Amino acid sequence: MQPITQLRATTFVLREDNIDTDQIIPARFLTTTERSGLGRAAFYDWRFAANGAATAHPLNTEAAGHAILVAGNNFGCGSSREHAPWALLDFGFRAVISSEIADIFRSNALKNGLLAIVVDPAAHAFLLAHPRIELRIDLETMTILGPDGWSTRFALDAFARRCLMMGVDQLGYLLAQDEAIAAFESARAA
Amino acid sequence: MTTLFDKVWQQHVVVPETPEAPAVLYIDLHLVHEVTSPQAFSELASRGLKLRRPDRTLATLDHSTPTLPSVNGELPYVTDEAKHQVATLRENAATFGVELLDFGSGQRGIVHVVGPEQGATQPGMTIVCGDSHTSTHGAFGAIAFGIGTSEVGHVLASQCLLQRKPKTMAINVEGQLRPGISAKDVILHIIRTIGVEGGTGYAIEYRGSAIRSLDMDGRMTLCNMSIEAGARCGMVAPDDVTFAYLQNRPRAPKGAAWDAAVARWRALVSDADAKFDRQVHIEAADIAPTVTWGTHPGMGASLSESVPSGDDAQFDKARRYMGWDAGQALVGRPIDVVFIGSCTNGRLSDLRAAANELKGQRVHPRVRMLVVPGSDKVKRDAEAEGLHDVFLAAGAEWREPGCSMCIAMNGDIVAPGQLAVSTSNRNFEGRQGKGARTILASPAVAAASAVAGALSVPNGV
Ligand code: SF4
Repeated sequence: MQPITQLRATTFVLREDNIDTDQIIPARFLTTTERSGLGRAAFYDWRFAANGAATAHPLNTEAAGHAILVAGNNFGCGSSREHAPWALLDFGFRAVISSEIADIFRSNALKNGLLAIVVDPAAHAFLLAHPRIELRIDLETMTILGPDGWSTRFALDAFARRCLMMGVDQLGYLLAQDEAIAAFESARAA
Repeated sequence: MTTLFDKVWQQHVVVPETPEAPAVLYIDLHLVHEVTSPQAFSELASRGLKLRRPDRTLATLDHSTPTLPSVNGELPYVTDEAKHQVATLRENAATFGVELLDFGSGQRGIVHVVGPEQGATQPGMTIVCGDSHTSTHGAFGAIAFGIGTSEVGHVLASQCLLQRKPKTMAINVEGQLRPGISAKDVILHIIRTIGVEGGTGYAIEYRGSAIRSLDMDGRMTLCNMSIEAGARCGMVAPDDVTFAYLQNRPRAPKGAAWDAAVARWRALVSDADAKFDRQVHIEAADIAPTVTWGTHPGMGASLSESVPSGDDAQFDKARRYMGWDAGQALVGRPIDVVFIGSCTNGRLSDLRAAANELKGQRVHPRVRMLVVPGSDKVKRDAEAEGLHDVFLAAGAEWREPGCSMCIAMNGDIVAPGQLAVSTSNRNFEGRQGKGARTILASPAVAAASAVAGALSVPNGV
């Protein structure tokens, strides 16, 4: 994973609360054995009618070029499918901001370099009310800077932050614990 | 002072958590299915890594598999891609040495049904799977939670996960459940009470006399839907009901090892003075037959209620999607499809509850009813009791095991605009097929509704 220290991009707003993983990528697209090319399936049932024609949903008409998704409360609830962040990334998003993000989705997103960021309700309300603004998400200071000096702070797990900023390979990190794991296994077997 | 969750957690810490890094947590059992594993196996292959503990890894096929039998020796897969996905798990299982409960094994089924029924799921374990309903296994007093595909790779390669300890929540359901109230009603009531994000960041322990009175199938139904309240993990402390269920299961300990295991498992309870980060109290007597009316599992109501008329934007959107008028009575709404199955309600006792409503009755001519046993074993056991005869005589379809219409990725779908009463766990827009509408309910409510052709109160209530 490429190290990320900051992201400067504009926002696209989906106001709905509780956007679940079945909306982000419907289950019928999960028969793939790849992780690439899923942008096509992102929000598919919002973006395409039953006959396959593109709908007038803002995801089709306005989202292009905006890499920060600002979404309603409790984004990413539902299943553990990592296809959800894969689809969002391939669609063009680099960050998701909400007032609450479901645990498994957030963990999956951060492992793939999709910045899943929880802000306080006041900041959330501001972002929902001001679509298409430019933000700078700074992992170093854990702040989001907006227009006219607007800013807000966010919390991010120290380890997740380090992994993002240094491009740490988490599997490599775990494999480096081999000695401790082997010791644990033999202590339990005894 | 220690909760059940903390006891089990502490027994699996390989490297303790610090402010800078999560704990390295050892995983006792890794369940694998075809949908969330292919990219993880590819990752291992591309790095030249081996599977660390084949003996702690167990795979099955459930999501993409047809529930109709083979035609001329060929299973009717919905697409070539689905067929390829199943073949990919077969190849990966062979390459990496994973035991696969395949077609023809007699042990295949939905991952959260087969783990317990094979006795692979045991108290005090840590259990993960690339599937959010892994919380089901918490019914045995295990820490069990869903993980993403990157983490599936982590566990395959290291048998460990990087995890921070969640907060703990006790949900106490005290008193006696009213006659005919099932575990599904209990969990739908709980989710409605704490909300779909009420459990985010928590591991739940379900406690109290009403929980103790549930059998293992019921406890699994309960823990299964913890994730629908946002909690990755839900548990019930093991007791004699748990031990009686597990004894003599194929993968459970035997002989002296069994006695030693039970002695160990008896210690797996929260201490009397254990501190939980949050406590919720629910009176069992307040729980009525509960269903969902809206588009997430927290939009629930008892059958005697009407669709809420609040003018909140989300409620409005849900009412429109589901085709309700504000204030409309729930009971009596005509339905098109009934689905009995899934890891929530696809076990033997669920099929019994449904058959009980259907005995001597016919499914309403307007309704298509699909009954999908959770596993090969559930199917065999149900047939041995003649339950399939009840379903077939009533005009329902009796299928092969799998996830089927719960996730609608194998071709078993609810058509656009149709209204299904489903014993599964998610009523999100399009969950059972594009444009499909879902009412979540218990097996008894679903079966009674199939007969009436409309949402109905079951007989025993
Ligand atoms: S039955 Fe449904 S919820 Fe359960 S594992 Fe299968 S798809 Fe997931």
